Amino acid sequence: MRISRHHTQALAKGLIWVAAFFTLAVMFWILYQVLREGLPLLHLDFFLQSPRQMGRAGGIFSTIVGTIALTVVALVIATPLGVGTAIFLREYTRESRISRVIRFGTDCLAGVPSIIFGLFGFVFFVIFLRLGWSILSGGLTLATMILPTIICTAEEAVKAVPYTYREVSFALGGTRWQTIRKMVLPNAIPGVLTGVLLGVGRSVGETAAVILTAGSSFITPDSLFSPIRTMAVHFYILAREGISMEMAYATGAALILFILAINTVANWLMYRYIHRG
Amino acid sequence: MSKEKILEKSFLLIALSSISILGLIAFFIFEQGIPLIWKIGLNSFLLGDRWFPSKESFGIFPMIVGSFWVTLGSLVVGVPLGLACAVFLCELTPPTFAMILRPMIQLLAAIPSVIYGFWGLIVLVPLIRESFGGPGLSILAGSLVLGIMILPTIISISEDSLRALPRIYKEGALSLGATHWQTIWRVLLPAARSGIVASVILGMGRAIGETMAMIMILGNAAQLPRSILDSARTLTTNIGIEMGYASGDHRQALFATGVVLFFIIMILNSLALLVSRKGKA
Amino acid sequence: MGSTSVEPFAEALAEEYMSRHPGEKIFVQGGGSSAGIQAVRTGSAEIGMSSRNLIDSEKDLIAVPIIYDAIAVIVHRENPLNDLTLDQIRKIFSAEITRWVEWGGKNHPITLVTREEGSGTREAFQKLIMGKREISLSALVQDSNGAIRQVVTDDRNAIGYISLGLVNDRVKALKIGGIEATVDNIQHQRYQIVRPFLFVFKSRPQDLAKDFLDYILSPPGQKLLVQEGLISMNPIPESKKEARR
Repeated sequence: MRISRHHTQALAKGLIWVAAFFTLAVMFWILYQVLREGLPLLHLDFFLQSPRQMGRAGGIFSTIVGTIALTVVALVIATPLGVGTAIFLREYTRESRISRVIRFGTDCLAGVPSIIFGLFGFVFFVIFLRLGWSILSGGLTLATMILPTIICTAEEAVKAVPYTYREVSFALGGTRWQTIRKMVLPNAIPGVLTGVLLGVGRSVGETAAVILTAGSSFITPDSLFSPIRTMAVHFYILAREGISMEMAYATGAALILFILAINTVANWLMYRYIHRG
Repeated sequence: MSKEKILEKSFLLIALSSISILGLIAFFIFEQGIPLIWKIGLNSFLLGDRWFPSKESFGIFPMIVGSFWVTLGSLVVGVPLGLACAVFLCELTPPTFAMILRPMIQLLAAIPSVIYGFWGLIVLVPLIRESFGGPGLSILAGSLVLGIMILPTIISISEDSLRALPRIYKEGALSLGATHWQTIWRVLLPAARSGIVASVILGMGRAIGETMAMIMILGNAAQLPRSILDSARTLTTNIGIEMGYASGDHRQALFATGVVLFFIIMILNSLALLVSRKGKA
Repeated sequence: MGSTSVEPFAEALAEEYMSRHPGEKIFVQGGGSSAGIQAVRTGSAEIGMSSRNLIDSEKDLIAVPIIYDAIAVIVHRENPLNDLTLDQIRKIFSAEITRWVEWGGKNHPITLVTREEGSGTREAFQKLIMGKREISLSALVQDSNGAIRQVVTDDRNAIGYISLGLVNDRVKALKIGGIEATVDNIQHQRYQIVRPFLFVFKSRPQDLAKDFLDYILSPPGQKLLVQEGLISMNPIPESKKEARR
C-alpha cells in the first residue's frame, strides 16, 4: 500500500508541530520554573542589600555592583578593539592575506570554550601580570571573550553603511580618516550597540571564567583590584551549597529579568535601526 | 609619516589584537600543560583510564569518552528538534507569529548556562532517578540539558539559512506540483544544507565547551561510563571541578586537559569554516 | 585565603568583625588549603586558612588553631542503617562492597559521593578514615560539602561525608563504631574523625590580622563558630556550664 504524498505531508507536518510545540514548551518551562519561585521573593531590599550570613539572608547588591563593574571593564576594553578591527577590515584593506589571518583568528577565538578563557585569565592576568583575583582580571578576561562578537557585529554595521556616504565624503575632499569619523562611524553606531549588548549578555551570564579570575568574595568592592562575585556566580554557589533555595531562586529570577531587559533593549534598537533605512 | 599613514598603522595594530590574544592563550595554556604531557607521555595521558591526581595518575581517557557521549547525546536531542523548530518557524507558521517567537528564542540563547543546569538538577535528575534508577546524575541528564541549551543556536542559524534561500526554489517546486512537505524535505532542506551543518557544528562547539551546567548534573565520577545512566566527567568539567584546589603537577595536568580541549575545538572550528565556505562558493 | 571548608566561617566572622569595626575591610577567598598556605608564604595574603595540619615543608610558618571540625558520614534520612564500623566504611568507599543488601537492605547499588581531589575535607576523610585504601573512581564527585548533602538528601542509595556543622535534619549522620558524632564525644576524643581549622601566618600577626585573630579566639568569636556547628576543644565558659548540667 503506498501512502499518498498528502498523507505523508500530513504526518510530517503533524510530527513537526508536535516536536516544535514540545521543544518550545520545555524551553519556556525552564524560565517559568525559576521565575515562578523567584519573582515573589524579589523586593526592593533584595536589590539594595548585600548577602549576609553566607548568603542565607540579605540581598544581592554587592553582586549587582560586581556584575556591572566587570561588564563595564570588559566593554571599555573590547569595544574600541572590536570597532577598530572592523574599521581596519572594511575601510583600510581588501581581501588579503592579513585580513584572512585576522578573520581566522577572530573565528577561532569565538569558538574557544569559556573554561579555557578561565584558565588563560588565571595564569595570565591573575598570576603573570599579578593582578590577583580582581575586577580587572575578570574584566580583561571577559573582554577577550566578547571581542569576537563585537568584531563580527561591528563589521556588519560598518559594511551596512552605504558606499554613497563615503563617495560623497571623498568627492568633497575628505581623507579616509575624516570619512570614517564623520560618515561611517556615526551611522554604524546602532549596529555596534547591538554587538555591545550581546557582549553584555555574555558577561552577565558567564560563570566559569569569572570564578577563576574575579574570585568569589561577596563584599562590596572598593577598587578595581578587589575580588567580586557576580550574580551568576552567586546563583551558582547558592544552588550548589544548598544554603538557601529561596535565595537561589530569587537570584535566578533577578538574573533572568536582567537578561530580559538587556535583550529587549537590544531588539528595540535593532528595530529602530532597520526602520531608519 | 603622514597622519593618515599613522592612523592606518594604528588600526592595523588594533586589528591584530584578536589573533594576538589567540596566540597568548595558546602560549600560556601550552606552557603550563605541555611539560606534564611530556613528562608522563602522550599515550598514557590520552589513553590512560585512571585519573587519580593524589597518586600521580593522570589518564584522561574516561573524560574524552564522557565528552564524546554527552556531546553526541546533545546532538541527538538538539538537531532533530532544532531542525523541526526551524522548519516550523520558517514554513508552517504565519510570519507575524514567527516574528514574535524569534526574539523569544534569542532570549533563550542568552540565558546563562547555570540556570539550565539548575533546572536540570531540580527537575530532570530526580525524574531520571525515579524512572530509570541510578543516581540520576548521569550522561542522560547531561545530554538532555545540553541538547536544550544548543537548541536556540541550531534553530536560529538553520532558520536563517532556510529563509535566505531564493524564493525560486520554493515557487519552482510548488509550481511543478510538489506538496508543501515534499518541497521542504526534498528541495529546501538540502539547499540549506551548508547553513544547517554549520549550525550543528557551532552547536557541537558549544556543547563540548559547556562546563558549569555539566558540573551540576553529570555527577562527575572519574570513571569510564558504561551506560547513559552512569555518571561521567567531561574534559571541561574535569578542569572546572578541580581547578580551585589544584597545585603543582595536578594543576599542570588540568592545563594539559585544556590543551587537548583546545585542539579538539580548533579542529571543529576549521571544519565549520570549511563547510560554510564550500557552501558559499 | 585558603580552604573552602573554612571559607564560609571566615566570611561569617569577617562579616561580624566588620560590623563591629566599620571601616575595616577583610576579604575572604577560597582556593584550597595548599593555595592559601602558599599565598601567605609569598605575601599575597595576610592570613591563610587551612583545614589540615601543616606538613613538614610548611612548618616554618605559624599556625594557630581557631576551631575544630568533625567529619560526619551521612546517608539518606530513611536509610535503615545507623551505625557502621570504620572497616565497613572503608569497604564501602573503596567499592569493595557495592550494594546495600549486605546489611539486609534492598539490593540497590550504593551511590558513593565524595569531594574532589585537592579538597581539604577529602584529604581529611582519606587520612582519618580510609587510611591506605583509595576512594573508588566510581564515586560521584561534588565540588562542595553542601552539594554532597544535597545529593544524599535526594538519593535513597547515597552515602557521603560532610562537615559535621553542615548536617541538618534532612540527612542522617551515622555512628562510627557505635560512637555518635556529638560535641561531647568529640571533646572527649571518643569520636576521632576531627580536623583543626588553622589560621596560618608568615610571622607574628600584626594590626588588623592580629585584631581579627583576637576576635576569633575570644568568646563571642568562638560562640559564632560553635553556633555554626564547629567544635571548640577548649571548653568555653558557656559549654562548661552545660556539661555540668
